[in-house]
Amino acid sequence: MFGRLTIDALPFYSWIAEAGAMVVVGGAVVSFLLVTYLKAWKTLWFDWFLSVDHKRIGIMYLVLTLIMFLRGVVEGVMMRAQQAVALNSDGYLPPMHFEQLFSTHGTIMIFFVVMPFLTGLINLIVPQQIGARDVAYPFLNSLSFWLTAAGGALVMVSLVIGQFSRAGWTGYPPYSGLQYSPNEGVDYWIWSLMISGIGTTLSGINFIVTIIRNRCPGMTWMRMPMFTWTAFCASILIAFAFPALTVVAAQLALDRLLGFHFFTNGDGGNMMMYANLIWIWGHPEVYILILPAFGVFSEVVATFSRKRLFGYDYLVYATACIALLSFTVWLHHFFTMGSSANVNAAFGIATMIIAVPTGVKIFDWLFTMYRGRIEFPPAMLFTVGFMVTFVIGGVTGVLLAMPPADYLMHNSVFLVAHFHNMLIPGALFGYLAGMNYWFPKAFGFKLDQKWGVRCFWLLISGFYLAFMPLYVLGFMGMSRRMEHYANPEWQPYLIVAAFGAALILASVACLVIQILVSIRNRDALRDETGDPWNGRTLEWATSSPAAPYNFAVIPEVSDLDAFHSQKMEAKAYQRPQAYEDIVMPKPSVLGIVLGGLGFIIAFAIVWHIWWLAVAGLAGAAACVIYRSCDDDTDFVIPAEEVARIEAAHLERLTPERQHDMRIYQPSAHAAEPVLEGGRS
Amino acid sequence: MLLSGCSLIRSPVLDPQGPVALDERNLLLVSLAIMMIVAIPAIGLTLFFAWRYRSGANRPDYDPEWSRAPALEAAIFLVPAAIIVVLGTLVWVYTHRLDPYKELAAGREPFQVQAVALDWKWLFLYPELGTASVNELSFPADRPVSIEITSDTVMNALMIPALGGQIYAMAGMRTKLNLLANEPGTFDGRNTMYSGDGFPDQHFQAHALTDSEFEAWKAKVKASANALDARAYVALHEKSSANPVSYYSSFEPGLFDLILRKYAPITGPYESKAAEIICRGAA
Repeated sequence: MFGRLTIDALPFYSWIAEAGAMVVVGGAVVSFLLVTYLKAWKTLWFDWFLSVDHKRIGIMYLVLTLIMFLRGVVEGVMMRAQQAVALNSDGYLPPMHFEQLFSTHGTIMIFFVVMPFLTGLINLIVPQQIGARDVAYPFLNSLSFWLTAAGGALVMVSLVIGQFSRAGWTGYPPYSGLQYSPNEGVDYWIWSLMISGIGTTLSGINFIVTIIRNRCPGMTWMRMPMFTWTAFCASILIAFAFPALTVVAAQLALDRLLGFHFFTNGDGGNMMMYANLIWIWGHPEVYILILPAFGVFSEVVATFSRKRLFGYDYLVYATACIALLSFTVWLHHFFTMGSSANVNAAFGIATMIIAVPTGVKIFDWLFTMYRGRIEFPPAMLFTVGFMVTFVIGGVTGVLLAMPPADYLMHNSVFLVAHFHNMLIPGALFGYLAGMNYWFPKAFGFKLDQKWGVRCFWLLISGFYLAFMPLYVLGFMGMSRRMEHYANPEWQPYLIVAAFGAALILASVACLVIQILVSIRNRDALRDETGDPWNGRTLEWATSSPAAPYNFAVIPEVSDLDAFHSQKMEAKAYQRPQAYEDIVMPKPSVLGIVLGGLGFIIAFAIVWHIWWLAVAGLAGAAACVIYRSCDDDTDFVIPAEEVARIEAAHLERLTPERQHDMRIYQPSAHAAEPVLEGGRS
Repeated sequence: MLLSGCSLIRSPVLDPQGPVALDERNLLLVSLAIMMIVAIPAIGLTLFFAWRYRSGANRPDYDPEWSRAPALEAAIFLVPAAIIVVLGTLVWVYTHRLDPYKELAAGREPFQVQAVALDWKWLFLYPELGTASVNELSFPADRPVSIEITSDTVMNALMIPALGGQIYAMAGMRTKLNLLANEPGTFDGRNTMYSGDGFPDQHFQAHALTDSEFEAWKAKVKASANALDARAYVALHEKSSANPVSYYSSFEPGLFDLILRKYAPITGPYESKAAEIICRGAA
């Protein structure tokens, strides 16, 4: 009846497992009680869970990100604490827990923190940035979110029922095969990836179509804001790379469930096929994680330098180059497989070539700052912190791209330091900058700056303290994923690294405090105009938060910095002669239902509850057929309603609240007549 | 911390004990130096610009529309590109020179070793000597070492950092690693690829011995009462961690190939009793 799910799956075998389970169950109970206390179930269900509005879906992605981020950070700190004490001892974490920790930490940070973080920001901003009312496929968007959430829920449930994988976040066979990992752990890993991977693929397709089809008149390819460009390139990478992940996970699942031999040791299996396939996904994935952050930096650096972006078209070409090249370098993840010198050298050189467009980008941001008037809110601090720190990661990346050097550093903590050096500044700083920058657009009030600045300084100093020692330890021969070690010379460095991890934990506490303080002071932080930073791109032309339809009248643009030039020409915020009815997509219950069914199917397969898997699959098929036959998916916002919403917004846009565009007067021309700017 | 600084200088990667590791380290340091041509200006200018053009400075050269400078744009593309051309050439030359499969010419025939990754220990077979050891690798200091590697479990990677880089060990596959020690000495080696609970303890010592030391070591191993026949191998294959060093005065003929054969997709009768015992894994 319940497959291999028995009472033994409950976490009463160790205090660490019990504590983990208690946090999950306790968190769920507290959230439930809180929503009940606030009497918010109805709002939550109808206005959020069923919503197909890209802005609300974006916010839900960010909430998912924050929850998973807290868990991922705590796991990282637990591992650093273990290694700080585990000299010739077992520390406080037995291997079973340590191995699950490094597997969940990687899986969560990549699939359930950075991925939903960037998808959330893309959802929130891209349609507004291209002057669209929604994404191309709003219902699909809701479905993508709920499938991603289902994957995250599966990882969370593995803390309470059974165990997660111990095979690392890349799940290399044969270790992840049935013979060496017979329990449900690897299945949890496979099915959480599989189900969230489907959601991600659908998101990628959705945004490719949205960006191609839904741009407003006048927005040619070369007038698209950088964030939209990077979102576009990342979406293309998603659409082409994620199928490889889905296939390789399905093959591993077939090995495990039906006795296939794709990747087993014997019977013709070949684990190197797995390594090839997972990195054919995995390397583009690195750029999926980083490219949209490059987009955020481009927006932030131009806005806060009060200057046009330097070398915009080179940034576009560099982004496209990186996206293309990212498919040609996967083998550098396993130079030590024993392939010939020609193969290794070719992939090594291909990898280094990526450093050129990446370097161009860094210098483009640098020269955007040149002759600017730079302000330093948290978003800009994260950007400068990124530029400095990312260069170091780039240098160590080029070192690892040289096969002979990689033979020495592969599988060592040097490698761990390198990819954290790419992803913490390259992705996390970027999305935190994006969150600080776009938060008012999402919620209508700014984030508290003081706590944001504290978060930044603790995060960057924590990062250096936590990961620079790992570079050193790599030289000293320390392998990654060691639950304990016998070399006393390593310990001082590991203690410093653990201290750095503690600072990172403190920075995350600041982040949470920043959000809470901002909610408390929301009236003081209120963004009345929709343009709190004197922004340059179209998303700042809408109110904060934007109306359900974003733009009452679809804008027309004639410049890269569309909104900026409107303001300069005093053409922003013009009241149209008349409003029209706006057709918008209806909310749908099927997104959350299909996500729930996805969770049930995955859970059932993990525990071999076959009848439930079949029932879930049948239910999902029925939902898809029903949705395909449903022609009544739109509703109309009447013109009077639009007029009322817009009037309220324009009323708040008093002249004294608008930005004084005279600050954009070049110093050299100070003698010339003063620009009237956006004052109307 | 000063002590730790010294330990970094003496670390196996920065203080290599053989020509392969030395070349690998030099390549690492030379490339690092070349990249500083771009990295230092990038970091320095970022901090400098951030300070110099801060809004509080109210500089007179503020130019909000300045976004084009063809010469500068060419330079920020061409300088990194030139560096990558140099580094790419280095990669091509050194990847071929330091191909781990290439036997090292040191005037003498390489000393042959066969390494088998097990859960969680290393088995070394010495075909020239007809002997075997677990968790210890010994070889004459003045001869290159040529190691054939396979695994009788999950993927592992064999590495002796002071002598050179690593190569994967995979079941059913034969990989190769060629190393050379400059001087007699003892070096740490380990599996660097996570392989389960016993992974942290899966390390060993590699001894490069003088001729007289090597003769003594050969005699010591030969005198061992243990023989690694097929049944003993199957017993050794059982999972165990932190195994002490042990010696075998002989091993099953062709043992390395039998271990490879275990995973070959072939059916039919086993060529010998030993093959059947090893392939079916039952004593």
